[in-house]
Amino acid sequence: MEPESPESKTGKPGGITTKPGVTTRTGVGLLEKAREESLALKDRALDEAKAYKDPQQTQLWKSIFRVSHERSDPRNRSLAVLSNVFLHLHPAKINRDAVRYGFTWGMGGITFYLFIVLTFTGVLLMFYYHPTKVQAFRDILYLEHDVPFGKLLRNMHRWAAHLMIITTWLHMFRVVLTGSYKRPREFNWCVGVVLLVLTLLLSFTGYLLPDDQLGFWAVTVGTNMARATPMFGSEGPFGPQLGMTPFNDVRFGLLGGSIVDSNALLRSYIWHCIGIPLVASIFMAVHFWRIRKDGGISGPAPVMLESEMKAKKP
Amino acid sequence: MDWHQLWKITAAPDNIPIVAMLFLVPFFTWLGLKQARENDRLIEQLERDPQLAKTHHRKTLPWRPGWARELHVWPFLIRIEFLAAVIVTVILFVWSITLDAPLEEPANPNLTMNPSKAPWYFLGLQEMLVYFDPWIAGVVMPSLIMVGLMVFPYVDSNPFGNGYYTIKQRRFALGMFGIGWLTWIALIIIGTFIRGPGWIWFWPGQTWDHNAVVFDKNRDLHDFVGITSMPAKIIFGAIVVGLFYVLAGLLLHKLMTWNGFERKLLARTSLLQYVMFQFFAISVLIALPVKIALRLALNIKYVWVTPWFNV
Repeated sequence: MEPESPESKTGKPGGITTKPGVTTRTGVGLLEKAREESLALKDRALDEAKAYKDPQQTQLWKSIFRVSHERSDPRNRSLAVLSNVFLHLHPAKINRDAVRYGFTWGMGGITFYLFIVLTFTGVLLMFYYHPTKVQAFRDILYLEHDVPFGKLLRNMHRWAAHLMIITTWLHMFRVVLTGSYKRPREFNWCVGVVLLVLTLLLSFTGYLLPDDQLGFWAVTVGTNMARATPMFGSEGPFGPQLGMTPFNDVRFGLLGGSIVDSNALLRSYIWHCIGIPLVASIFMAVHFWRIRKDGGISGPAPVMLESEMKAKKP
Repeated sequence: MDWHQLWKITAAPDNIPIVAMLFLVPFFTWLGLKQARENDRLIEQLERDPQLAKTHHRKTLPWRPGWARELHVWPFLIRIEFLAAVIVTVILFVWSITLDAPLEEPANPNLTMNPSKAPWYFLGLQEMLVYFDPWIAGVVMPSLIMVGLMVFPYVDSNPFGNGYYTIKQRRFALGMFGIGWLTWIALIIIGTFIRGPGWIWFWPGQTWDHNAVVFDKNRDLHDFVGITSMPAKIIFGAIVVGLFYVLAGLLLHKLMTWNGFERKLLARTSLLQYVMFQFFAISVLIALPVKIALRLALNIKYVWVTPWFNV
């Protein structure tokens, strides 16, 4: 609406204008005019506020959410998914049985959610952690005793990591039991195997970071095995014959030295916080993308009868 | 019976996940097998009644004419995902508030932890070190397991059970995966609950004795037949390993031709698929339990000794 002072003679809309011709009773005229104008402003504000009662009609809302969330309209329900970057990996509609968690156990989704939880808590932990021999262990003590909710933060990161391994394994177990790795999803199964290995490596590289006895010896045992790599390890079959020593073999490359020390801590930290999460994210993108491209989740599919087996295509 | 020792192992915060697995794995196995049994019953019923098979919707799940085949993801899937996220978050919070992540003394290269154990999910690999040299247990086996897993969908030529639980139609594939899965879990359980100081076998409830010494007389297989010269050892070992592959291959072949249905499936299998499957199944699924049994029951360390590597 256009607020207009009733005394405005200029005819210009919207402007609070002074009247150049009027010179008498200036004080009273100004006061009255101000009161009238403020009343008009109030009316205008009230009027506009009414429009804000429905936030979905505001410009701000419409700029963020392109689609009206009118529930009864099926087209909107589809668009709610399709026009949202966080939901767009979903199709608009799925088979009515595919939402049964008795079939999927929800393990893949939970694994991804745990990855997000781990990223979030991990970034917070990084604010308090220095990957150096002098600082690392003290930082953990600091986290546990002084940082507000630091202990909770560290515990959550630890247990979410363990939980993620459990859910990854159970996800794989379900995929085997339902035969979901079969055509056309063979390649996605392979991507999944890589993700499984990356999950284990993420957990393992994090194990060293507190720089305590537990992590130190676990990583010592783990990397000692690398010494025995055939051909690339100083103690592996055909390693010494190929010129491998403790100072140039694959274990040296993993640790950045011949013992688990400050370089190993730094390498572990970078693999844990940057290297492996980056690679895993790429594989995850492919994994989720392929679920859609391979026709959504595999079932629950209608059962096939033995009498219906076709001969193999040549 | 040392309950305190058992409690100390079970209640170690880092062992909680594997204790949880002791319940989770049977529960989810039951959940999967229950649906498999229901599907198998339906399959039998439809095989008997071809007329019904033509009209049946072929799921054990309810279905009525007129029901929409598809649901909107928003809100029917999103709400489940949201609920799952909330539940997992609550579980994590409760777990993190009640149980602290372990923190030992600062790292000290001069003070070896005994036993010095890997995190529970790697204890399978660490336990394998008992049965194989590090290059097999630490490098070759993990690689074979990884590649073997990736090969799995390509060698499984069985078209049945794609997207539904069934045992009847996939006995062989599920059996093979089951062997590997159980061996892996068993190795982890041995590594967690049984191995004590010096990686010595302590039964659950037996007190860990840090001064315990075990006088195992480990022998190599060739000692049983009295071979002493190196060339003879090499040849003998190669023959034994070769024989093992042949026998295990015959056993697997026998299973793959068990009945008419299995033979039909085998007929669909290409030569390459067959050979690949045999290789990975023998090298991992059968070799691992066999070597474990040889070591634990007969104290046999190596079956094939050469100057370069030992198996």
